[in-house]
Amino acid sequence: MMATARKLVVLTLLALALTSCGSTAKGPIEPARVTLADVAPPNEVYPLQVWDPLEPINRAIYTFNAGFDRYVFLPVIRAYVDVTPLFVRNRVSDFFINLEEFRNFTNSVLQLNAESAGRAVLRFVVNVMFGFGGLYDIASAKGIPPQPEDFGETLGRWGAGPGPFLVIPILGPSNVRDGTGLVVDGLAFYYALPGEVTSSIAYDVVMYGLRPIDLRYRTPFRYYSTGSPFEYDLVRFLNTEKRRLDIERGPPARG
Amino acid sequence: MSRILLGCSLAASVALCACSSAIRPTPIEGPPRPYDYTIVDPLAATVAGTPPGQAAALPDDINREDLRLTVFPDREIPEIFWYADQLQFSLTYQVEPAPLIFLVPGTGAGPNSVKSEYLQRALFQGGYHVISLGSPAEPEFIVTASTTGIAGSPQDDARDLYRVMQLAYEQVKDRIQVEEVHLLGYSLGAWHAAFVAELDSREKALGFDKVLLINPPVSLYTSAQILDNMLDENTPGGTRNIGALLGRLVNQFATFYQHAGEQLDFSSDYLLYNLYTRMQPSDAELEALIGLAFRFGSANLAFTSDVVTNAGLIVPKNLELGPASSLTEYFEVSMRLNFIDYFNDLYYPYFKEKDPTSTKQDLINRASLETIHDFLAHAEHVGLMTNEDDIILGPGQIEYLRELFGDRAQIWPTGGHMGNLGTRAVTGYVVDYFRR
Repeated sequence: MMATARKLVVLTLLALALTSCGSTAKGPIEPARVTLADVAPPNEVYPLQVWDPLEPINRAIYTFNAGFDRYVFLPVIRAYVDVTPLFVRNRVSDFFINLEEFRNFTNSVLQLNAESAGRAVLRFVVNVMFGFGGLYDIASAKGIPPQPEDFGETLGRWGAGPGPFLVIPILGPSNVRDGTGLVVDGLAFYYALPGEVTSSIAYDVVMYGLRPIDLRYRTPFRYYSTGSPFEYDLVRFLNTEKRRLDIERGPPARG
Repeated sequence: MSRILLGCSLAASVALCACSSAIRPTPIEGPPRPYDYTIVDPLAATVAGTPPGQAAALPDDINREDLRLTVFPDREIPEIFWYADQLQFSLTYQVEPAPLIFLVPGTGAGPNSVKSEYLQRALFQGGYHVISLGSPAEPEFIVTASTTGIAGSPQDDARDLYRVMQLAYEQVKDRIQVEEVHLLGYSLGAWHAAFVAELDSREKALGFDKVLLINPPVSLYTSAQILDNMLDENTPGGTRNIGALLGRLVNQFATFYQHAGEQLDFSSDYLLYNLYTRMQPSDAELEALIGLAFRFGSANLAFTSDVVTNAGLIVPKNLELGPASSLTEYFEVSMRLNFIDYFNDLYYPYFKEKDPTSTKQDLINRASLETIHDFLAHAEHVGLMTNEDDIILGPGQIEYLRELFGDRAQIWPTGGHMGNLGTRAVTGYVVDYFRR
């Protein structure tokens, strides 16, 4: 885990170095002909605004992520799709989806949601026993789809606000609450497994090699495919809003 | 660090020996299907599209490759558009020799927008190669392929598009076997296609065999005005208060999502249709939504043109934006400028400087199919498909189109602006058109 943290720091520094040459002038700068004061009512709270005190750093990391996606991630995904039949890719996806039941279970418990915790256990057991150790998501096929819960949501259900918007290197848009949740969920999974498993090479290959590939493969998002120069603003708003709604929609924590 | 590298390199080494397989389509046989589109409200049709029960059955898997090309090798790309250093396009290809169709999309759409992707699947099934391009009003096109940096001038846009088509053809011609070459455009792309067809009739670099225009505007200015009004007139207090309107829409959707979002499949082809049937928006709300979608496109367009031409309208003149610069305020300003503002504050000044004798009215008149009336009236290879109730047409324009194209016009009774494209009859008409 230390290695991961160190890697994130290096990447963040790289992203910052990328931006050091922004906003330089090519002549005398003249004020824009139309400014917000000309076209908007005074003191308006624009509904797409999100609390983003780290905006310059976030934007730089967003740019870095888009570059990483284009030059590293997507070429790997393309090769992955080329060498593996759809059947194999689906087994890989089902396997990792099933592993997420650990996260769903722990967080359902923390949210005191017995129904959701029961569903996680049921899904995991059914998939392991009847789905060749989790290679087939039998449970979904039988009408028990996953109920994703994570520690960010758990914190939210117990009243934690999102905190400042955050773009995490490689992983993408988040916020302080959900970013913390991500780390906690990761650590919990890591320490729940026996040391012999987590110290094996196979574990590294699967969790740090195959898992990110599968995750990217399953994520349809493509940077700048909206064609809009305002994509960062849109992603920031939609991500924040989606998380808020998911937290508010869930069953209230009974405590 | 080392274990991550190990993991990545092992996974990558698995992915080294690439081999892909090409698919052969199964064409649909039989007589044309009857027209059975059921949504009679043109606004609802425009937003909801085709209901699942009436939709044509198309393959999910097609042979498509996403490609890039450089139009002007020496061009300096503004730093915030670093990702648009090349122009994206896509090639949908057949294994066998086949006709090739160039596809031009509507306002601000990229090469693989939802409607373009739909047409790629339909045309792939019909046995065609397709080269899909972005709209000349799309930011990436403006940055990499436009000679003016200002979209909407038919002669300039057509020349830029024609250049890109030839470059794209050059790039793929050794990989596919091409029979005839056709041209297809929808919405603003159909308007562009008409001007490209006219240019091609003089220059003959590609020699289009058949051209089909789907739901074109007649006059860009008129259609833009109609769409602008849909938003402005449904924003209480006018465009200045677009923030309040956005807030209301967001809240409405949030309330809906909390109650019914669970059963909603956001990856469905029929997401908009499903949302429409469940939320039952009023006509005023539909107008606001359509206007908002168009406004988003014109905001992107205005901002991009402003940056590329350093016009100093939204972004201070000579200010160079970098990847860390906030664009939020420019976004908010751009969303409050309508297309007519774009025309008055960017488009007109640009062309006025090039030719001081041109007036606003000249420019408005020139951005209309009427300028190539004679060509269109006699071009036997150019056909039209549109709807009686297309919402982007002004008074008298459907009659104008009907008269102009005569028996080369297929006009469906309903569908609004492209709402009926997904039906078996309409999709079938498009696919068969190039075989006729």
